[in-house]
Amino acid sequence: MPAIQATEIRKMFGTFCAVDSLTFTVDECEIFGLLGPNGAGKSTLIRILTTLLPPTSGTALVNGYNVVTAANKVRRTIGVIPQAMTSDQDLTAEENMEVFAKLYGVPRERRRRVIRELLEATDLSQWADKPVKNFSGGMRRRLEIARGLVHEPKIFFLDEPTTGLDPVSRVSVWEMLMQLKQGRDLTILVTTHYMDEADRLCNRIAIVDHGKLVALDSPLKLKASIPGNNILEVSFSSVPDGWLEQLKQLPEAQDVKADGNVFRISSNNGPKTTSEILEAARQAQVDIMSLSVQSTTLDDVFVHYTGRQLRDALQDAPKLDTRYMYQRDKVAR
Amino acid sequence: MKGTLALIERDMRKFRRSPTLILTSMFFPLVQLVVLGYAFGGKLTNLHVGVVDQDHQIETVKLREMCGAIAANARTFDTITYADETRAMTDLREGRISAVLEIPPNFSRHVLAKEDPKVALIEDNTDNFAVATLEGAFSQLLGTFNQHAAPARVPPQATLSVVEVYPYVPYIQYLLSGTVVLAIFISAMIGGGIIFIDDKARGLHEGYLVTPISKLELILGFTLSGAIKACLSGIVLVTLGSIIAGIPNPLDPIRLAKLLIVIVVSSLALISMMFFLMVRVSDPLVPRATMGVLNTLLYFPSGAVYPVNGFPNWMRVISKGDPFTYAVHAFKELLLKNAGIGAIAFDMSFLIVFAIIMMTLATLLFKRTL
Repeated sequence: MPAIQATEIRKMFGTFCAVDSLTFTVDECEIFGLLGPNGAGKSTLIRILTTLLPPTSGTALVNGYNVVTAANKVRRTIGVIPQAMTSDQDLTAEENMEVFAKLYGVPRERRRRVIRELLEATDLSQWADKPVKNFSGGMRRRLEIARGLVHEPKIFFLDEPTTGLDPVSRVSVWEMLMQLKQGRDLTILVTTHYMDEADRLCNRIAIVDHGKLVALDSPLKLKASIPGNNILEVSFSSVPDGWLEQLKQLPEAQDVKADGNVFRISSNNGPKTTSEILEAARQAQVDIMSLSVQSTTLDDVFVHYTGRQLRDALQDAPKLDTRYMYQRDKVAR
Repeated sequence: MKGTLALIERDMRKFRRSPTLILTSMFFPLVQLVVLGYAFGGKLTNLHVGVVDQDHQIETVKLREMCGAIAANARTFDTITYADETRAMTDLREGRISAVLEIPPNFSRHVLAKEDPKVALIEDNTDNFAVATLEGAFSQLLGTFNQHAAPARVPPQATLSVVEVYPYVPYIQYLLSGTVVLAIFISAMIGGGIIFIDDKARGLHEGYLVTPISKLELILGFTLSGAIKACLSGIVLVTLGSIIAGIPNPLDPIRLAKLLIVIVVSSLALISMMFFLMVRVSDPLVPRATMGVLNTLLYFPSGAVYPVNGFPNWMRVISKGDPFTYAVHAFKELLLKNAGIGAIAFDMSFLIVFAIIMMTLATLLFKRTL
């Protein structure tokens, strides 16, 4: 039985379609990444799967339970870390975990053991009795992850868990997650804007845009699915007429995009295309200002499928306050 | 119920760690009680009255002696003698005196001849309180002046004998009931309004909604924790307020037990009302913006500071549906009269029904999803 099975999930806000007939499954113990630009419908989808929003149509089964008709059974088997930092800042780390353990009805003895274990696993034992308002962003995120696991769920939903964290904290959060996953038979569904994280950690990745599933596969297969194995970025001093067309004619070039004097070329053979560009530039008497060759990354996959620059999406990164999220939803509606 | 208890425990911990909140909800109403109680409650004294005597005869001397007796004893007013009316009127207009008593020429002759003797009291009627006090004092003074030296053995006119059932109630005691309800309401506004919406805006509720806690458990958790805080405010206000206001025998255990019932029921009614009003609100500015309006709309029409009988009809309608009215009435019965349960039964019934209606509506409106 798959951990998550979404069939033709659709969510309408008035006339706006936030999630459009999404169908996918997530296997047990898998780390499943959900990528997409802001407003693509990732958070709405997570909210549907975590029973926070009812779907307009379609069926979603989480751990075999329907998210609409058996919402409480779903809630007992999932842990959720929302986009916003939702720990109570006036309480200590331990008290935050205790409140949630009680809300999940975890018996006292088990509660004590699990809280102690999780605080140790998240390296927060020494701060257990300190108020959360004095924690750094990384510490708070680690606490939230520990809090989300306090009832020992089978499926863990994380909505942009590392957004807003510095690189060291990001690495530490992921290391900790991997450590927690070991021996817990935990299935993880995560959304992130960090492609390197998704590439390194996810077993499979779904790319969502305009509420639709545009690609779903392992990171390796996704990278292989787009034209070109290498990406060349070349900056020229000046660009003669018809230069774009000329570059497109290069034998191994799969796709060429221009932004002023800077060209981005997908190629099946990086070294060969490099030589051809150098030759073409020499013949046209155009100076090359810079040239770089990279392997295809998940960024390229993302841009290929969504047709947007990743940095644009990051600039729109949401504020860590659900009030603004609600307001955005209203605007979207 | 475990979920409800977890939410109550969380709120109590937060409340304990917030001394500012405790001060705001408990001690600010006490300050208001003391300031308003003494600002509005006192009798006016030492008003300045100018006297323009154009008669100087025996009856005028008698009248002025009586004025002097009031100045020396009750001290409601003292007199300043003016030689001419023009200067007295100038001082009246410039606020140096509150009224001018003008005794016309031949006043004594008219008194003795019983020919409609008159004196004039020219008042600065921009100050209604001073005017009312002076009119009362001079009416009483002239009543005494008109009496015969040796009163008849059987009075020829009907007289009124006033019997007061309870000891004299200073205004601060009258105000205490409203202040207790106000303190409970402030706690309800903070717990049921500000904290509830702030938690929602910070995403804490989103965290609760993904747990298996039921809608009723959530509502009960929020309501009961708010009600407990409101009760604590009420208990502190009733106890300290009674001592400060000079309520006789303030720690009488039977009365305290009855007061506790009123505090609990009033707290539940007011916190339920706040949840009903705020259950669908998500903007943290809304409860802050409505706080002042709600306060005015509920506190003043309740009879907390002035009797309801003095209100225009439209305000009496508000008063009828205002839960403050019934809470204030119940507290007055217990604090000022030490009445029995029968005297507060209707108030309690109204507040219980009101709380049930508000809680039902809030539960119906509460969304278990986002």
